[in-house]
Amino acid sequence: MLQDKDRIFTNLYGLDGCTLADAQRRGDWSGTKDLIGKGKDWIISEMKESGLRGRGGAGFPTGLKWSFMPKESDGRPHYLVVNADESEPGTCKDREIMRHDPQKLIEGCLIAAFAMGANAGYIYIRGEFIREREALQAAIDEAYAAGLLGKNAADSGWDFELYVHHGAGAYICGEETALLESLEGKKGMPRLKPPFPANAGLYGAPTTVNNVESIAVAPTILRRGASWFSGLGRPNNAGTKLFSISGHVNNPCNVEEEMGIPLRELIDKHCGGVRGGWDNLLAVIPGGSSVPMLPKSVCDTILMDFDSLKEVGSGLGTAAVIVMDKSTDIIKAIARLSAFYKHESCGQCTPCREGTGWMWRVMERLAKGEAEVEEIDMLLDVTKRIEGHTICALGDAAAWPVQGLIKHFRPVIEERIAAQKAGRLIQVAAE
Amino acid sequence: MSVRRLDPNQPDSFAFTPENIEWTKGQIAKYPEGRQASAVIPMLWQAQKQEGWVTEPAIEVIADMLGMAKIRVLEVATFYTMFNLSPVGKHFVQLCGTTPCWLRGADDLKAVCRKHIGDPSTVSDDGQLSWMEVECLGACSNAPMVQINDDYYEDLTAENFAQILEDLRAGREVKPGPQAARKGSEPLGKLTSLTTPITAEGAE
Repeated sequence: MLQDKDRIFTNLYGLDGCTLADAQRRGDWSGTKDLIGKGKDWIISEMKESGLRGRGGAGFPTGLKWSFMPKESDGRPHYLVVNADESEPGTCKDREIMRHDPQKLIEGCLIAAFAMGANAGYIYIRGEFIREREALQAAIDEAYAAGLLGKNAADSGWDFELYVHHGAGAYICGEETALLESLEGKKGMPRLKPPFPANAGLYGAPTTVNNVESIAVAPTILRRGASWFSGLGRPNNAGTKLFSISGHVNNPCNVEEEMGIPLRELIDKHCGGVRGGWDNLLAVIPGGSSVPMLPKSVCDTILMDFDSLKEVGSGLGTAAVIVMDKSTDIIKAIARLSAFYKHESCGQCTPCREGTGWMWRVMERLAKGEAEVEEIDMLLDVTKRIEGHTICALGDAAAWPVQGLIKHFRPVIEERIAAQKAGRLIQVAAE
Repeated sequence: MSVRRLDPNQPDSFAFTPENIEWTKGQIAKYPEGRQASAVIPMLWQAQKQEGWVTEPAIEVIADMLGMAKIRVLEVATFYTMFNLSPVGKHFVQLCGTTPCWLRGADDLKAVCRKHIGDPSTVSDDGQLSWMEVECLGACSNAPMVQINDDYYEDLTAENFAQILEDLRAGREVKPGPQAARKGSEPLGKLTSLTTPITAEGAE
C-alpha cells in the first residue's frame, strides 16, 4: 500500500485548505524557477524517464507526447490545452484536483507549456463543474497576483497566460480533437487524424492536449526525480494513480494508490470492502464505462494497471472502478451505458450515430428478455461493425461494454430470454 | 445523439444587461484576435443565466456580437445539452441516471422527482421546480447525486432528497455537497490515506 510520503495529491479531500499559501506550505511552487532553468530537454527527458503514461484513459507516454511538439516555432504560436472535460462514467478524480489541489495543475501547466514552447494555455473544464470552475479560476487569479503566471511567470523568464474555458455538457468533448473544435466555438465533432494536434491543433497551431492528472503530477515528478516515480508501480506502469471507486462498495471514494495495486486490496483497504463481502461481488468495470467488465473470478487476482488489465481483455482507462454486487441486474446496468453512448454520440459517423441507438434498443429488449437467442450474436456482430469504423473512439467505447457483457454473462441473457418465453418474467420485470 | 429543437414559443427580443455586456468583453479577450467565436459557449451560457433558458433572439444577438452566422450559433446551442431550449423551474434539478448513480439508487430519486415535481421537463405549477435525467455528472464516488442550478447535492437518499426539494420550494436554505458525513470524496468514517501530517514534498 502506498505510503503518505509518496502521495502527490496531499489535499485530495480538501481537508487541508485550498489557497495558494496552503498549497505552498504543502510544497507546490517550490523551486519552479530552477526546474524551468534546467531547460526544455531536461524536462522532457525526465518526464520520459519517469514512465508517466497519460492519465486520461489511453495511457500514452506523457513525455513522448510533449516531445512531438515542434522544437522551434515556425511563426505559429504553440498551445497547451488541458482536458478537464471529465465525463467518463465512473470518473470523478480531476474534479478533486481542480477544487482542492488546483495549484498543482497550474504549476504543471507552466512547466509543460515552457517545455513545449507555449505562451498560452487553456483549461477546458466540463460545463457542469460550475463550482470547480470557480475554484480553479480563483486559484489562477491568486497565481497571477503572486506573479506565478503572466509575464516572467514565477520569475522563470517564461511568459505564460492561462485561461479557463468551459463546455456545456457533451461527453464527446473529452476526445481531444472534439475538444479543440469546441474550444474554437463549434460543435464538438472529432477531427480526422492526421494532422495530429502537435502539428495542427487549436486554431491550426501546434497543440498538446493533456489530462488534468497528467499535468498536475508533473511538478512533483520533476522535483522528486524521475527515478522516484518510476520506482513506484510496475515496469511500464509506473507511479501513483488516482482511483475513483463507485457502486456497491461500503465506502465509495477517490484515493491515490500505487499503480499495480491488486483490485481486491484497493476495495478492501479503502472502500470497506464490497457490500455484503467479497463473495457477494458479481463484476467490476475497472476503468470507466468504456472498458469491458471483469467477472469476479478475474477480480480475485487482477492488478490495477494498464498492462495487467489489457492482458485480460479490459483496460485501466481512467481508473474509475465501478463495482457491482450480486443484486445487480447486469443486463440493465449495461443497457444504461448503451443509453449513455446513444445520447452522447455526436452524430458525425454513421456506424456510431445509428449503431449506438441500435445497440441500446436491443439491450433494452434483452434486459426484459423480449428477444430471440440468435439476437445475442447479431448484437455482437453489430458491435464489431461499429468498433474501429469511426473517426474517434466513442464507437469503440460504446461497443466494448456490450461485448464484455456478452463475453462474461451470455448465460444470464439466455436465461432471461427463456424465462420471458416461459412466462416467468413478471418477477424479473418487477425488479 | 440527442435531437433538440428550439421552443415554439419565443420572446420578441433579447439584450444582455450592461454588466453582462462588460462580462462578455472579458471572455472575448481570452482568445486571439479573430478567434472570438471561441467565446460562443460562455456567451450562450451567460444568456441562459440571465434569462433561465436560451432563446432564439439570444442566439441571434450572440451571433451578431461574435460575427458568426446565426446557423453556427444555433448549431452550438442545439448540440450542447446544458443549454435549456425551453424554460425551466427556478430550481432546475438535473438528476444523474447513469450506471454508477443507478447502482446506488438513482431510480429512487427519480421517483421522488415524479412525486414532488411531476413529469420530467415540465415546470411545476408554482414555477419553483423542474427536473430531467442527465448523463454522468462526474461525482460517482458520491452517488447518487443531482445538480440543482449551480450546485451538486451528493450522497443522496430518497428521504434527504425529498427534504431538499421541499426546502427549496419553501425558500429555505439548503446545504449543497455531500449529504452524508463527509466533506468531499474521502471514504466515510475513518480516513484510509493522508493520515500523517502533510509536509512540503521532497523535504528532507
